[in-house]
Amino acid sequence: MPLHDSLLAQDSSPFGMFGYFSDHRDEVLNWLWYHTWLSAVPVVAGLLIALPLGWVARRYRWTYPPLVTTAGLLYTIPSIALFVAMPDIIGTQILDPINVAVALTVYSVALLVRVVADGLGAVPEDVAQAATAMGLTRRQRLLKVELPLAVPVIAAGVRVAVVANVSLVAVAGTIGVPNLGQLFTTGFQLSVGSPYYPPITLGIVLCVLLALALDLLVVGGTRLATPWRRAVSGS
Amino acid sequence: MIRFESVSKKYPDGTLAVDRLELVAPSGEITVLVGPSGCGKTTSLRMINRMIEPTSGRIWLDDRDTATVPTHELRRGIGYVIQHAGLFPHRTVVDNITTVPELLGTDKKQARRRALELMERVGLPAHFAKRYPAQLSGGQQQRVGVARALAADPPVMLMDEPFSAVDPVVRAQLQNEFLRLQGELGKTIVFVTHDIDEAIKLGDRVAVLQVGGHLAQLAPPAELLSDPADTFVAGFVGRDRGYRALGFAEAGLLPVRKEHAVRLGSGRGEAHDAAEDGWVLVTDAEDRPQGWLRTDRLAEAEPTGPVTAPELNLGGTLASETATLREALDSALSSPSGRGVIVDGAGRLLGTVTASEVLTRIEQQRAAADPPFTGDVGPGGAESEAS
Repeated sequence: MPLHDSLLAQDSSPFGMFGYFSDHRDEVLNWLWYHTWLSAVPVVAGLLIALPLGWVARRYRWTYPPLVTTAGLLYTIPSIALFVAMPDIIGTQILDPINVAVALTVYSVALLVRVVADGLGAVPEDVAQAATAMGLTRRQRLLKVELPLAVPVIAAGVRVAVVANVSLVAVAGTIGVPNLGQLFTTGFQLSVGSPYYPPITLGIVLCVLLALALDLLVVGGTRLATPWRRAVSGS
Repeated sequence: MIRFESVSKKYPDGTLAVDRLELVAPSGEITVLVGPSGCGKTTSLRMINRMIEPTSGRIWLDDRDTATVPTHELRRGIGYVIQHAGLFPHRTVVDNITTVPELLGTDKKQARRRALELMERVGLPAHFAKRYPAQLSGGQQQRVGVARALAADPPVMLMDEPFSAVDPVVRAQLQNEFLRLQGELGKTIVFVTHDIDEAIKLGDRVAVLQVGGHLAQLAPPAELLSDPADTFVAGFVGRDRGYRALGFAEAGLLPVRKEHAVRLGSGRGEAHDAAEDGWVLVTDAEDRPQGWLRTDRLAEAEPTGPVTAPELNLGGTLASETATLREALDSALSSPSGRGVIVDGAGRLLGTVTASEVLTRIEQQRAAADPPFTGDVGPGGAESEAS
């Protein structure tokens, strides 16, 4: 096929990414692996932190505005600044991936506090009332009613956080932290005179695929956790 | 028994929702709290399980002051049914029903068995157990709500307008089944509604509350209709209370006259011959009345052939031989022939009565009862005078 003929490493067009990938397979897969856990783990950690914070914002109404506003402000800190400042804050090496993980956890928390608070508040009034009237303690109400019913709302937030993280991790690549972002730096460095597309295209495609895969994982998990929602739409 | 002892609820904005309420809801009976919105009926109900804390006064559950019982413990011993059922959308029907037994640490298998038993009791097929609330109709959800409230077999049930969010047909059905269920279970029930007809139908005793949380009258429904305590109660109870009071008086032995009925499918000639004043009653093969046939126009339209179901007039209601005066009168008034159809327990035709015969019966009962007429004359009252 003529298309195959053009898939050479020297090909500087976007299609050159296939050739580029086979030539740098181990390196790229290594970056992909780093990229994956740097995208996913901070969301999990962020969720674990956001859950109690969101609960507090819900439980003590007066804390909602300050908590949600502060969380929102965190998101306005430019990521690159946070990546660079993180070693000073937590005392790590400048290129330690932990910096990125912690910074992205901060972003995830920023995104998820409001989502958790709103999700926990999404319990219909009559359901909340029935739960109280049946003698569920506050804790039982949270674990047995409010949290399960908040899953769809929280999951929607987690999807946003995961996808946002995939692109934020790439930014960290530009300062040398190993991940798919380095494909963009490489592509930029090789673009002498004319643009050299293969690593850049490969980076974009892998980032998109990774984001899709992680998103699918969250969606699948949510579906498993909320069989009752399928029943609703199925009836 | 639930006893309100000078219970008041004043909200921070100064609204007095309940004003020194004194009320006893006797064990095994349905006490209905009824009144216009803002009368404090729901507030009063929720103070029983301490969803709302009284500002002053005490509420006793038998010999326990509810204020001394930990709230979650108190609530697990009180069934609670609300308007939209408030089922947990993420739990299946059976899991909804076993909520309280689960909290009480009842063995899981046993709780499920009891849940299935309750589903049958409230008229839900067993295969609904695995469904989610969103897959049920409003009426079915409310049945689950009732089953859930009964799951731990609490002696006391609180019901806050449980049947007002469903359509009138389903409501009447749920009300009837509720009465049947209460007949079997004998719970101590406090029932809140804004609908005086529902209050009168369901209550053993009805408490009429006035805006501002003031108890205007507490009485059995028949007494409420016949002897309202003041103009507020009289106005709230409504205009046709005289007629509705008949719903509490059993008709006893009515002077039922034999009715010459024809069966569906009989010849038109036969129908014509059996007719009286131009109407003939048509029954099925088991003597169950199906409707009235107007015979004076029969000949013109289609002179021959059998009597068929579509040409029947279905306007008349049926009254059973154990009917109340209201049902008997309604049967006569609604019948196109003016003859009210009386059936036996199996729905088979016994005969007919006219409105004037029922009215005579009413007057006989009034005369027999010591005036004022209280409406609760039993079948023994004036029965001997029946022809």
